[in-house]
Amino acid sequence: MLRRALQLGLGRGLLGRGLLGRGLGTHRGGSTLGKVEGSGGYRGSWVAPVSSYVTFRTRDPAHDGKTVGRLGEGDQNGKVSEIKKKIQSVLPGGAWNPPYDTSYLPPEHSDVVIVGGGVIGLSVAYWLKRLEKPRGAIRVLVVERDHTYSQASTALSVGGIRQQFSVPENIQLSLFSEYLAVVDDPPLDIQFNPSGYLLLASEKGAAVMESNVKVQRQEGAKVCLMSPEQLRNKFPWINTEGVALASYGMEYEGWFDPWCLLQGLRRKVQSMGVLFCHGEVTRFVSSSSHTETTSGEEVTLKRIHEVHVKIDRSLEYQPVECALVINAAGAWSGQIAELAGVGKGPPGTLQGTKLPVERRKRYVYLWHCPQGPGLETPFIVDASGAYFRREGLGNNYLGGCSPTEEEEPDPGNLEVDHDFFQDKVWPPLAQRVPAFETLKVRSAWAGYYDYNTFDQNGVVGPHPLVVNMYFATGFSGHGLQQAPAVGRAVAEMVLDGHFQTINLSPFHFSRFYLGEKVQEHNII
Amino acid sequence: MAAPRAPLHLVMPVWNRGTRGIRGLSRAVALEGSQKKGRSLLQFLADRFYDVQALREYLLQKQVLKVHQKNRFQGKEWIRSDAHGHFSLDFLKFQAVPVEAVDASGCAINYQGLDSLLALKELQSLWLQRCPHVDDWCLGRLHPLANSLQELSLAGCPRISERGLASLHHLRNLRRLDISDLPAVSNPGLTRILVEEMLPSCQVLGADWAQGLPSGPEEQSQDRASPIPA
Repeated sequence: MLRRALQLGLGRGLLGRGLLGRGLGTHRGGSTLGKVEGSGGYRGSWVAPVSSYVTFRTRDPAHDGKTVGRLGEGDQNGKVSEIKKKIQSVLPGGAWNPPYDTSYLPPEHSDVVIVGGGVIGLSVAYWLKRLEKPRGAIRVLVVERDHTYSQASTALSVGGIRQQFSVPENIQLSLFSEYLAVVDDPPLDIQFNPSGYLLLASEKGAAVMESNVKVQRQEGAKVCLMSPEQLRNKFPWINTEGVALASYGMEYEGWFDPWCLLQGLRRKVQSMGVLFCHGEVTRFVSSSSHTETTSGEEVTLKRIHEVHVKIDRSLEYQPVECALVINAAGAWSGQIAELAGVGKGPPGTLQGTKLPVERRKRYVYLWHCPQGPGLETPFIVDASGAYFRREGLGNNYLGGCSPTEEEEPDPGNLEVDHDFFQDKVWPPLAQRVPAFETLKVRSAWAGYYDYNTFDQNGVVGPHPLVVNMYFATGFSGHGLQQAPAVGRAVAEMVLDGHFQTINLSPFHFSRFYLGEKVQEHNII
Repeated sequence: MAAPRAPLHLVMPVWNRGTRGIRGLSRAVALEGSQKKGRSLLQFLADRFYDVQALREYLLQKQVLKVHQKNRFQGKEWIRSDAHGHFSLDFLKFQAVPVEAVDASGCAINYQGLDSLLALKELQSLWLQRCPHVDDWCLGRLHPLANSLQELSLAGCPRISERGLASLHHLRNLRRLDISDLPAVSNPGLTRILVEEMLPSCQVLGADWAQGLPSGPEEQSQDRASPIPA
């Protein structure tokens, strides 16, 4: 087809400009004609206005074989009818047959652009579509640059759900995932293991654990405290030396398969009409306005107008005009926030406060232990920070440990350090479960935490200065379990302007500037 | 477990919305002997009565929780519905009696519906055979019955897998567990072995431990080995 087009074009001299305008270099979206250039208008519903850049390449079979004869001929009637046909194909009323496939490009306009297609982004998209009135009122676009999710935290997660947090909002957020238990249409089987979490505390941490459990019970989580004696009765394979207290979650706690949830959400969300784009956000085009606060200070408010989405493996990009941007980019949210101008200002001011979310690498190891604990094994988190859980029926276990600040591995790649298992993970686990003295590591992988260096809790809500960017990131390892609730909260914020089911105002961005930490102690 | 008794013909009262109007026929109740201890068992009905059932059960249990000591009556074992699905009014006499066993086989009880069952603190026997909506999440909710539950039957529930069975270890007093014919369990024989290890004093019925093992070519007739004695 290109060949025929070339022949047609050479005959007419129209194509020279057309070739330059399409398919080779970068698109300059800001051309004098605005957003024309055939730059991926929505097929069937948008018609690019006629401009000097539009190339006329019809697939009229009547022209096959006659192209050579066109060169230099003065066949006026044929020319006129051809031009007429081409004009008709682009004017309204005619069938829009774009000469090339643009389905990989995102639409030119979208009400909400969600940067990041992991579980948080999909959850926000789901709730936006679920809570919008009337149906189909909002166009939602999810931009995800890696459709294989090879580095996404969601896919690499160990998949636990627990309510044993210290901050009440976190507990409520995780209780909401009981929603996953409710039969949805169609029902989503996420392979949930309702085995519960068992947190162990040493002498030092026992008092904190007791107060945490009180808070958890107040919020409605079903947690029971166990003494070492009771622990030995219930789980005879635990060595309770050094354990002063244990808290055991009885309901809605356990683990599930995050990949199932991700794929299920994707399918569900696509069926609800959310658009997906395989691309990367490279630029925000925004405008600023200066206003004064009530105390007379000058502030600069920014508003994002366009999101430039660069298509994967290509230099092509599409500017998407949007009303809202939701930053759900997980481990890369800091970079997205920088693109939007968050943190560009003198340090110590609100303009200069960066989003303190960075990626931290965490290792997960899978081992086999033939004499290991049986079917009743909960997700055990030792006082030292090492954790493990049962995987399947074949005496396999998944586990790991969060490194201390000094030992943080380099997050540049996802290579696994096996020495870390030998030195930091195995000894505490073998001490806690003597059966783990003999084990064999089967495999290991690494994933990212979107680690909030400020207080290890999520950031939810709009930015105070970039008024139409909303954050839903920074969950530091417990984003998967909080995803349904966070998605609903952000959707409520977007649609109603305030939180309704769970009040997440303690997780607002401004706490980074004000210095108010909402410190979560039970981070694994 | 219980020897079969002659079914009572009882008529279920139909609760209207918000009112306690009872409409129904009461038939002759056939009582069989007197028991030393009052025991009463209820059988749930088909789906369309479930909401009504749940409400009635809830009201019943409020009574039960208040008065535990009155457990003597010439009672009968199973209170069933008759051909028309009605219970008699006489079950109201049993309000003060703790419910000991519930047969909810085939009933469309689901995750939220278990609320009414979990209030039965003295429940000893729970039959959830062939319930289409009972899944792993529901099994995770059964732990409040740990003190009293002795028999649990989950045979034929299409949604239960080995992951839900793992949460049964809370039920320390369980003596009989029936996990036969669970289509969603990936490896029935292995699951059964693991469940038996998990609940040492419980007799696990159902999945044959030899299931899933490839039969060698010399064994033409599948000779099902006898289960490991508990």
